[in-house]
Amino acid sequence: MKFTLSWLREHLSGAYTLDDVTDALNRIGLEVEGVEDKAAKLRGFTIAYVVSAVQHPNADKLRLCMVDTGAGEPVQVVCGAPNARTGLKSVFSPPGTYIPGKNITLGIGTIRGVESRGMLCSAAEMELSEDHDGIIELPDDAPVGVPYVDWIGLNDPVIEIAVTPNRADCLGIHGIARDLAAAGVGTLVDDAIVPVPGAYPCPVSVTIAPDAPCPAFALRLIRGVTNGPSPDWLQAKLRAIGLRPINALVDVTNLLTFDQNRPLHVFDAKKVQGDLVVRRAREGESLLALDGKTYALDPSICVISDDRAVESLAGVMGGEESGCDETTTDVLVESALWEPINIAATGRKLGLNSDARFRFERGIDPAFTVPGLELATKLILDLCGGEPSEVVLAGAIPDTTRVIDFPLALTEKLTGLVASDAEQVETLGKLGFTVEGTSGTVRVTPPSWRGDIEGKADLVEEVIRIVGLDRVPSTPFPRDETARKPVLTTLQLRTRKAKRALAARGLVEAVTWSFVSKPQAERFGGGSAALALANPIASDLSDMRPSLLPGLIRSGQANTDRGLGDVALFEVGQVFKGDRPQDQFMAASGIRRALARPAGAGRHWAAKAAPVDAFDAKADALAILAASGAPVANLQISTDAPAWFHPGRSGTFRLGANVIGHFGELHPSVLEALDADGPVVGFEVLLDRVPEPKVKATRVKPLLELSAFQPVERDFAFVVPRSVAAGDIVKAAAGVDRKLITAVNVFDVYEGPGVDADAKSVALSVALQPREKTLTDAEIEAVAAKIVAEVSKKTGATLRG
Amino acid sequence: MSVAALPDLDALERALHAGIAEAADESALEAIRVAALGKKGSVSELLKSLGGMSPEERKSAGPAINGLRDRLNAALVARRGALKAAALAVRLETERVDVTLPVRETPAELGRLHPISQVIDELTAIFADMGFSVAEGPDIEDDFHNFTALNFPPGHPAREMHDTFYLPTRDDGSRMVLRTHTSPVQVRTMMSKKPPIRVICPGRTYRSDSDQTHTPMFHQVEGLVIDKGSNLGHLKWILEEFCKAFFEVDNVKMRFRPSFFPFTEPSMEVDIQCDRSRPGEIRFGEGSDWLEILGCGMVHPNVLRNCGLDPDEYQGFAWGMGIDRIAMLKYGMPDLRAFFEADVRWLSHYGFRPLDFPTLAGGLSA
Repeated sequence: MKFTLSWLREHLSGAYTLDDVTDALNRIGLEVEGVEDKAAKLRGFTIAYVVSAVQHPNADKLRLCMVDTGAGEPVQVVCGAPNARTGLKSVFSPPGTYIPGKNITLGIGTIRGVESRGMLCSAAEMELSEDHDGIIELPDDAPVGVPYVDWIGLNDPVIEIAVTPNRADCLGIHGIARDLAAAGVGTLVDDAIVPVPGAYPCPVSVTIAPDAPCPAFALRLIRGVTNGPSPDWLQAKLRAIGLRPINALVDVTNLLTFDQNRPLHVFDAKKVQGDLVVRRAREGESLLALDGKTYALDPSICVISDDRAVESLAGVMGGEESGCDETTTDVLVESALWEPINIAATGRKLGLNSDARFRFERGIDPAFTVPGLELATKLILDLCGGEPSEVVLAGAIPDTTRVIDFPLALTEKLTGLVASDAEQVETLGKLGFTVEGTSGTVRVTPPSWRGDIEGKADLVEEVIRIVGLDRVPSTPFPRDETARKPVLTTLQLRTRKAKRALAARGLVEAVTWSFVSKPQAERFGGGSAALALANPIASDLSDMRPSLLPGLIRSGQANTDRGLGDVALFEVGQVFKGDRPQDQFMAASGIRRALARPAGAGRHWAAKAAPVDAFDAKADALAILAASGAPVANLQISTDAPAWFHPGRSGTFRLGANVIGHFGELHPSVLEALDADGPVVGFEVLLDRVPEPKVKATRVKPLLELSAFQPVERDFAFVVPRSVAAGDIVKAAAGVDRKLITAVNVFDVYEGPGVDADAKSVALSVALQPREKTLTDAEIEAVAAKIVAEVSKKTGATLRG
Repeated sequence: MSVAALPDLDALERALHAGIAEAADESALEAIRVAALGKKGSVSELLKSLGGMSPEERKSAGPAINGLRDRLNAALVARRGALKAAALAVRLETERVDVTLPVRETPAELGRLHPISQVIDELTAIFADMGFSVAEGPDIEDDFHNFTALNFPPGHPAREMHDTFYLPTRDDGSRMVLRTHTSPVQVRTMMSKKPPIRVICPGRTYRSDSDQTHTPMFHQVEGLVIDKGSNLGHLKWILEEFCKAFFEVDNVKMRFRPSFFPFTEPSMEVDIQCDRSRPGEIRFGEGSDWLEILGCGMVHPNVLRNCGLDPDEYQGFAWGMGIDRIAMLKYGMPDLRAFFEADVRWLSHYGFRPLDFPTLAGGLSA
């Protein structure tokens, strides 16, 4: 919402400065977004007199002007405007002036061999209009040497404020003035509106269809008007706030839209056939609106029609056919009320923004419907003459009167701010509220223009924003008395531990979009219709991600494309299997690419460079699981990872039927589909699937048992078919005596000469920890024999010879 | 045997010492020891001969022979030590490495946390100290939790302040949305927990907006207090304490401006004092500029009612701010879009080391 300081002064008398106004606006909730002072920008442009204008010796279209600038001898200016002529008063800018319309700073130039010391200017060059037709022509009495902005009255700061959706009343300057006056800046000028008596009955009637979202519609005819450009003061006023003057009749409606928050519409009465009907549009109807576009209508949209066709989009925009132009002699002036929700829906549906829509959808003052029409009548009569009819009113002005019981003590209870009863009552009164009572619980009637006031909390806001939020005392907020308990849930703790565990392994945390492309979603088990956005911002951000991997793989490739290919990234974030809350999971995923090994990225003198492998991803996943408190020793690993992994180099972590995560090398065809180069390994763990830890009654750790007897280690080399899983060998060995065997470690896997072509040798070291006595050789041998027997029974292994 | 039969002890000793001194290694030395002190060694034989002597002979020969033996032993020990030291010196010389060769950098020095994660941990530390717990909720929300319960009536223009992402319309005409703020978590908290309530709700939020300063996904943190007496004055104090703790300054001036949100009444926006006179740098707690950082207010009675709480019994306040935004302000990151581009150069520069865990004891950005 824009307005000028001088326009505000019409509604707010008294001595105050621009700073008083802007400070108060910020204080009371009408946030100042900017103050533009055109005068400051255009101070260098002065009124000048063209003493003589003659043909340029070297150019047909240029003139050589001697210009009296009011400062000493006339200066020579080369001018290309066709209207530069002897005896003209215009606007001059000397060298050194910044020309906003051209974004240049003027210098002394030589144009076709002749020196030019300044410029005669068009309105466009000062950004005062789009008029490029020639230099400005001023009347003969314009004073030479005076800044143009002072003479034309443009030395008027333009203030722009952000009006929150609840404050429709401040979309009119009168409403802003009322708030400022209540806040102690100036006095509200609130002249009574005198109705203009009608000279004859309005010949056009209005009918509101029963299902039309229109409570009331007021109309009057003014005949015999002379339309044309509105006077300079009105044009200047509209231009100052960024509006384009059209003609006097239309300008009056725009003026009242901003002056009083009262949008109006004017029909050329001669173009209206028969009576007006307010109704819902019919399927197939359309309207050529004043913006030059044709809108297809349907029954959700409310229109005003005559015998001929639809003439106006109710409360949004008028129609071109019945619009007023310079030839209009009889005008129908409309002041109506519309249901805000319908206006908002219409505007959205048609993609049509207008000053009227903006106001009607926020709700305007119903009680001002007829006074607004009277005010418009008066202005039209003043500017265009004519003879008004009586006002016809279809429907009825709704009575929005409501009484709110307001305990004055609530202000302190809700805000801590102490304001006396009298101060509160007076503040509400200044804002136009009627207050019955002076203490305790008062009865408050909000004014008709404050449709946003629903209850007592709203009244508290009115009081404190006017008396000043700086009076709210900062009050210490003690902790409650309960014992200090952890504030994070298990999942929250796991999330943060997973992040730090992965970063400690050298991975870098990325935050990627929660949406991926449909093909990416489909590749990773998603892509269902229920998870495709109805209005995606881009086609590659269209579907809710089923996995973090596609985003990470693409990010890894983006870094590779920048020349950083040995990249290890992770993300801990939500993935979506459906659109219900329980379908959202907290996943922890990561990728490693090329030489980004856990021990360090890139080549290094101490080790042979080898690309990332599935075990790097497995180790990363296990690090998260350990940090999350998962029972890592009990995890089972199966080889049925999802299709986006390499079928032979991937695995799934399970606890029984509960699938906790996957790891492995990414499938080459998936990488190809994502336009990514391998090798890439990755993992994904669903943190929600890790079982909740058992709640322990005490923090005491289990007693440490130290054995007094020497541990023993025995090595075994088993030959098994290559298809046998090493995990099964370890499991079989460890199961022989769970008390005695404390660790089983695979220290060598060998395939090649010395072992059959389809077999491999797996070497284990088994640690035995006796608890009661030192083991004898015979006892050790007995355990070793049991291990060999058990492993060969479970896996078909033979001891390597 | 007579004394005269004793060999020349001096000559023997000289010969043995000469041999020890010449022994080039431990095995040569051992050969000398065996030759002298072994079972059949020359000195051992002499010692054995003492048994056959008369007491007088023994009196003079005993000390001489024993003395010889002791000196011989001492010489052997000394020589052995010298030989060992020399051999070790030779070995160590051959084991020399180039210690200027670089080692691998510790993974924990290479890995990084995203600034958003770090800032959420900072927020958690500050508010946990004031007795707040952390609440979370789904990113895909229904209309009730994201709008209606929060006093956005259907069709109300305030809904248009949020450029909402929608999921497809279902058979029953409803459609889910991507939450436009974390406020639905407040609704879920109020509906599932009895007051007193003190929570913060950090999380991802979505609006269909993308330009220099907006991304379709961003992060918010909101706070909520519901009990029977907490008022705006407490909110003011909490926000002051938060700003001091978060921006790590001793004092910061704040400016509360009335504003509008459907879900609070009264509503306010909060600016904090700052100094922007240095190019590319904002300092808080000094200067005369104001920067808007958050919105807040008393929870609207309609919201309390919608969540099953009686507004005449319960009251409280809520606030919300952008996590990405306060991260940018605190750590001086110029461009929001870079947060989501996963450029490792950016992440390594602006990210945080895994061991830099923010604590109130050790400092948030220690």
